[in-house]
Parts: sequence; C-alpha cells; structure tokens
Amino acid sequence: MTRCIQLLLLLASSPAALAEGGMSYNLRPGVTAISQQVYGLHMTIFYICCAIGVVVFGAMFWAIIHHRKSKGAKPASFHESTKVEIVWTVIPFLILIGMAIPATKTLLAMEDPSNADLTVQVTGSQWKWHYKYFDYELEYYSLLASDQDEITGKRAKRENYLLEVDRPLVLPVGKKVRFLMTSEDVIHSWWVPDFAVKKDANPGFINEAWTIIDEPGIYRGQCAELCGKDHGFMPVVVIAKEQDEFDQWMAEQQQAYQQAKQEEQALLAMTMDEAELMSVGKQVYDKHCAACHQANGEGLPGVFPALKDSPIALGDVDAHIDIIVNGKAGTAMQAFGKQLTLKEIAAVTTYERNAWGNDTGDLVQAKDVAALKGQE
Amino acid sequence: MSSISDVQIDHDDHHHAPPKGLMRWVLTTNHKDIGSMYLWFSFAMFLTGGAMAMVIRAELFQPGLQFVEPNFFNQMTTVHGLIMVFGAVMPAFTGLANWLIPMMIGAPDMALPRMNNWSFWILPFAFAILLASLFMEGGGPNFGWTFYAPLSTTYAPDSVALFVFSVHIMGISSIMGAINVIVTIMNMRAPGMTYMKLPLFVWTWLITAFLLIAVMPVLAGVVTMVLTDKFFGTSFFDAAGGGDPVLFQHIFWFFGHPEVYIMILPSFGIISAIVPAFSRKKLFGYASMVYATASIAGLSFIVWAHHMFTTGMPVQAELFFMYCTMLISVPTGVKVFNWVATMWRGAISFETPMLFALAFIVLFTIGGFSGLMLAITPVDFQYHDTYFVVAHFHYVLVSGAIFSIMAACYFWLPKWTGKMYDEGLAKLHFWCSLISVNVLFFPMHFLGLGGMPRRIPDYALQFADVNAIVSLGGFAFGLSQLIFLAVVIKCIRGGEPTTAKPWEGAEGLEWDLLPAKAPYHSFSTPPEVK
Repeated sequence: MTRCIQLLLLLASSPAALAEGGMSYNLRPGVTAISQQVYGLHMTIFYICCAIGVVVFGAMFWAIIHHRKSKGAKPASFHESTKVEIVWTVIPFLILIGMAIPATKTLLAMEDPSNADLTVQVTGSQWKWHYKYFDYELEYYSLLASDQDEITGKRAKRENYLLEVDRPLVLPVGKKVRFLMTSEDVIHSWWVPDFAVKKDANPGFINEAWTIIDEPGIYRGQCAELCGKDHGFMPVVVIAKEQDEFDQWMAEQQQAYQQAKQEEQALLAMTMDEAELMSVGKQVYDKHCAACHQANGEGLPGVFPALKDSPIALGDVDAHIDIIVNGKAGTAMQAFGKQLTLKEIAAVTTYERNAWGNDTGDLVQAKDVAALKGQE
Repeated sequence: MSSISDVQIDHDDHHHAPPKGLMRWVLTTNHKDIGSMYLWFSFAMFLTGGAMAMVIRAELFQPGLQFVEPNFFNQMTTVHGLIMVFGAVMPAFTGLANWLIPMMIGAPDMALPRMNNWSFWILPFAFAILLASLFMEGGGPNFGWTFYAPLSTTYAPDSVALFVFSVHIMGISSIMGAINVIVTIMNMRAPGMTYMKLPLFVWTWLITAFLLIAVMPVLAGVVTMVLTDKFFGTSFFDAAGGGDPVLFQHIFWFFGHPEVYIMILPSFGIISAIVPAFSRKKLFGYASMVYATASIAGLSFIVWAHHMFTTGMPVQAELFFMYCTMLISVPTGVKVFNWVATMWRGAISFETPMLFALAFIVLFTIGGFSGLMLAITPVDFQYHDTYFVVAHFHYVLVSGAIFSIMAACYFWLPKWTGKMYDEGLAKLHFWCSLISVNVLFFPMHFLGLGGMPRRIPDYALQFADVNAIVSLGGFAFGLSQLIFLAVVIKCIRGGEPTTAKPWEGAEGLEWDLLPAKAPYHSFSTPPEVK
C-alpha cells in the first residue's frame, strides 16, 4: 500500500524525478555515427508528428470548445470541398517525401557491411550468446550473470540486474566490426541500443550487421525476439576498448585459451573423487541445466523432461554422456560438447546420476568423456 | 403457402415473436439474436483476455519473479493476444454487423441466416479448445500470438495441435461471417439504396469482409504448415530440411497486416456515424471516406514486411516496404481530417457515444503517429520488439478499436433495447476508461524508447517505476470495464423507455423508419430509399 502511495506521488511529480532511477525516457543517441543519425531521424519524425498533432487536435478542440450546441452554435451545411481534400492529401504526401529521403540515406549506410576490419560471429541459443572472433583463435559463450536468488527475490538485486553477463563481448573502438548472426535453435535477436544494431539470429541462415564504436565503454542490450521460456534472461554486454587495450586483452585471452586446452589434456590422467565431482557438477548443473530441467531435477512436465528417476540418468552411462555432448536433434536439448570442458561434462554427468535420489553410484571421469568424444 | 400461414395464428406467432428458453438461442437464425450473442460472447472473451492481462501486469508490477513462472507468463501473453484479437475485437464487429447491416440497408435479415447461426456457434468451441490447452501437460501456446516458427514447431509444447485446430475453427467462422456480409450487402439493399448511399459502417464492413476472405485462408494455411512441421515431419520452416523460418513470418504477416485493418476499418465506419450525429452536421467528404477506406485496404496487402525489418531482408525490399507503409498515413490522415471537418462549425453535444468517438480520434491518431515512426526502417531497428511497439498497437486496438466498439454499443443500445442507458454511469465509465487507458499505455512508449523488450516476465531495475505505474493503470482500466457491464445490464433491466430517434442528429433507416425498440423482424417489406 505504501508503495502504491509512493507511486502515485511519483506519478504526480515531474518526469525529472522519475529519471533519477537512471532510465532514459527517450531513445539514446548512442555511440556510433549511425546510431546518432538514427536518433536524429527519430527526433525529426517525432517533431513532425507533434506539429501535425498540434494542428489537427488544435482544430478539433477549437471546434469542441467553440462549436458546441450548449453555446448556441448552429450547424453549418457544408459537407464537401474538393479543393480542401486535395490540399490535405497532397501536403501529407510531401511531408512523407521529406521524411523518406533522410531515412533512405541512413538505411543504405546501415545495410553496407563491406570493408570490415574485424568479424565476429554471434550465435544465439536458448538462452545464451556465443561469440566467435574470425580474426583470432577465440570463441566463448556469454551467459546471464544475475543469479536465481536475485530473480526470485531471495537476495537483493545488484546494479545491472538482468543486464550482466559472465563474459562480455570485447571490441576495439574506431574499427569497423562486422557481425554474422545465426542461431542454433529458435530465432533470437541481438540488440545493442547504443549501436542501433538489432538483427535477428535465424537458425540455418546468416545475417549481417556492422558497427564502428566511437567511445570506449560498457554497452548493454537484450535479446529482442521471443525465444522461449528464458527470453527475458539473455542479455548482451559489449565492452569497447581502445585498440592497444583490446590487443592486450586478446593476447591474455588467447593465452588462457591455450592454457585451458593443455590443462584439459593433463586432466585426462587424473581421477577426481566423488565429493569434487559432485560439487563441480552441481555448479555446472545450476548454471547450464537448471533453466530447463530445474534445480530439483524434476523438469517441467510436458515441456522439459525430468532427470530425477529418468531412464537416461539411471541407464547406460555412455548414452547419458552422448546426449549431453551431442544434444538431441529436434528438441530443445542442446549439444554441450563445445560449451563445457571435459571435466565439467564428467562432473555434471556424475551429478545427474547421483543427485535427487538417483543413486547409481557411477563416477564419470574426464577420460571417459574424452574416450566417447574421440570415437566420433 | 402464404394463404395457409395467414390462417394459422400459431405459425404466425412463431414468425413474429422469438420462442423462449435455451433452444431459442441455439436454433435462432435471427440476425438480432445472433448479433446479441456475438456481442455477449465478445464481452466474455474481453474479460477473459483482460484477466490474463491482469496476470501479466501483476507479474510486471515489480522486477523479479513474484507470481508466475516465465513459461506460464509466455502462455498469458500469447493467449491474451489471441483472445483479444480473435475472441473480443473480431466477434464484436461481427455482432455489430449482424445487428446493424440489415437495419441500415433495409433488409429483413442477413442473406444466409442458417450459416449465420453456424458461424457464431462454432466460436465458443474454438475458444473452449484454446483455453483447455492451457491445462494440458506442458501448458498452452507459449510462443506469442504471432507464433513464429521454429518456436511454435520444433520447440513448442504438444498443445500446439489444439491451438492450430482452434485457429482453424475461428477462421472458418470469420470467413462464413464475411461471406454473409458481402452477400447481404450486394443482394439485399432496399430499392434506391445505391452503393454511394450506404452508411459508412456498411461500406467499411463490405471492404473488411473482402479482406477477411482474402487473408483468413492464408492464416489457415500457415497454421497447417506449423502443424505438419511439428507432427508430420515436413520442414517448411526448418532450414535443415530445406525450409526457412523467415518464410513463416512472410506468410503470417501477409495475413497479419490486413488483419490489423480488419480490426480498424469497421471502427472508421462507426466513428463516421457517430461524429455527424452529435455534430448535427452531415459527414464531411463521404466519397473520399469510401475511397480512403478502399485505398487502406489495398495498401494493406503490400506492407506486411514492415513487421520484419530486422529479419535480414535485402535493402531494396526494406525500402519498398518502408515507402508503402508511409503511404498508408495519407488515406488514414484524410479520414481524421474529414472527421474534424465534420465537427467544424457543427453544433456539438457530448453524450457518451460522442465522448468515446472523440477519444477514439485523438488516441487513434496518436497510435497512427507512432505507426508512422515505426514505418521508418532505420529507426524501426531501435523500436522493433520493444514496449514502443506494445504502446503503438494498444493505442490503435484498445483506445482505437475497443473504444469504437464501446461508442457503438452506447450509440445503438437505445435502438436494440428500446430503453435509454444511464448517462451518468456511462460517463463515469468513459472518464475512468480514458484516464486509465492512458496511464496504462502512454508510459509504455517511454519503456520502449528506454530499451525494454516486449514479452519479458522480468526486467532491469531502471524500468521498475514506470512498470509499476503502467500496472496500476492496467488494473484501473480492467476494473473500469465492469462499469460498462453495469450500464448495459441496468439499461436492459430498467432503462427509461426511449423514442425512435433519441439522438437529434442521427441519420439512417434504423432511426427514421423503425420504432424505439427495433422489432424482432424489421423491414419484412423493403422501404423505398429516396
């Protein structure tokens, strides 16, 4: 109730008071030449609409006030005028041409992705983004960083709630970056308002878009096309860095990428104990699997199957690993072979076979996963 | 045969007074009975879809997930949209057409009365199936009312089969209704009622009916393709089998864009009847109104891809669809100018139908402005799939189509019941609706421009305050509609008896030639129209 009263007070106060929350009430001009052109177009059309509105509503309210029966108005008898009708057909048409010319120019510029300095493939899947740099050996997934407790209100929501990811896309400023958009399952749409880039990621097809970012900074956006249950939970975060900082970051990433690959090999010789497998497995499960199969392993009946007491989690180990690594065609079950390390796959398989009363006692090791992957 | 029926008094009664009981409604072929059933059904669906909107707004009142799961939230947005489009707005217009077209053109009934009965009575089954799917394992349709593939095929719950079946039935109902309207208008006009004398409501419905016949089969086709993709191994929309998910959107919007005009053209007809009546002045530019309606209908077939600018079309196609879409504002503008010119130097009074009509003109025009902004492709990339779009289409559909339906109900309620509604209560309904509808939808423009995508159950903290205001507006608008129900029931049960022409400036056969309460059978002998 107090919240309602607060809101009514807010409603009565000026928009400036509302703006303290940090929300922009207008389109953002953004940080690229294109986004600023788009902003300019938006404002131009907005003002034209306002002007038309003032004229039309002005005439209407003039009539409402002055030509009302209670004031003794007598109705006139005119009911057509070809001259007037031609005028108010031609003038809007001319205004439209005036709008179409700058719009066409901007559109042609937006749709020209040629001569790019850098290419990034953006792949959507339920419900995460994957970035692959074509000019470097680097690719990774980018997932929502706000946790379930924040979403369900068990703990306070942090700043940038729902707009934070674990690994943002990093780009250099001042370079023409070309994006190749695609999807692994349903249609997603990659949107960063500050770049005025929104392009659908269609499964089986590749779309192009491009940007040149003017200023370093952190830019946030969201998936803009309904893509299933967690459509609201797959944000886009882009960090734009100066070229030298970008190069440094890229060098570190590639080193880490190589290191992880080597560790992966070393792991094959090691055996993890049950406690470690289960603890790593739970982390991986909560991050990658719980969105569909639910934290309690019971799934959503009719939508996402349960893993608790399921024939896969209790049946053949290799078949279980196979479905995690390769997914299941024609369903929402993705292939996690590229998304997770061997260790993570081993751990999550173990977890699924021993959690929630699934007491198979099976312990899966990284080398088991590697063996299965190697056979393919 | 006529000599026999003349002497059989029972038979005679059978024809002039409706039978009693439930079977009257099940078996009726009377256009007035069927019109009433359509209108009551539409109102029931309006409240059902509205209840779903309340669930949506309750969840969005605060950031975080409070009341529903995201999957159920998606079912609510989807079924809310389907019910409001196919269950509330379209049947309301068909109900008005049934009641009004025969009386307006001097015909005794619709041309195909048995089909009329059938086209109404399959509707409750269609919606029962749709609503039942919500209770299936896996839930009901959760892919948005636009059901984009492959979310509605490979990734959909099994209940999609029920959704497809119910859409088929709704489509059959609409097509039969449209055929009936066309046949009636073309064949059953009273002598002297030439095309250019038709009331604009009849004209706009005639054009709407042609749109329906043109595009409902396209919808039936696309849902069938969804069905076979999901269950029978075809791949119309699956790239892995040589199909294309964007093809779905082209087919859907080839139906979908004319569909949005199907939901607004009859409104234009209603407003064109009410504004002159309460301005006590003839409609300005009758002929240009007819031509503008026809142009809008024609253009509606070549603008569909403006819903799909972000799908990655060739730039030439984007330009074509941008230009055509912008063109629509010309005939639409002509209509608004004509209404204002009708009011100009009239003698205006402000009874409830006129209040709703005036609100329609202003708020529909605001929806038109945001529509023009959305037409500009480069800027559409920013607006697309945000709350700006949600604000836009609710302005044209709620404060546009729904307001015009309310205006029509108040305007013709005296003719339907022979009684006058409570003007005070009706004005309360108007002002509550007007204020709350703007508190509900106007701030959505800001949410969209600020960057909030549509169809999300949870949002970033910066959107919290505005969403709370929007939700309060939503609850207020929902509750306000109960006043409407009260006005109508009060009018039917105990309204003051009225005269044949309670509105001083009203024009048309129904006001001039029929008594206060239109008889069960009107114009058994066609009137002569001069």
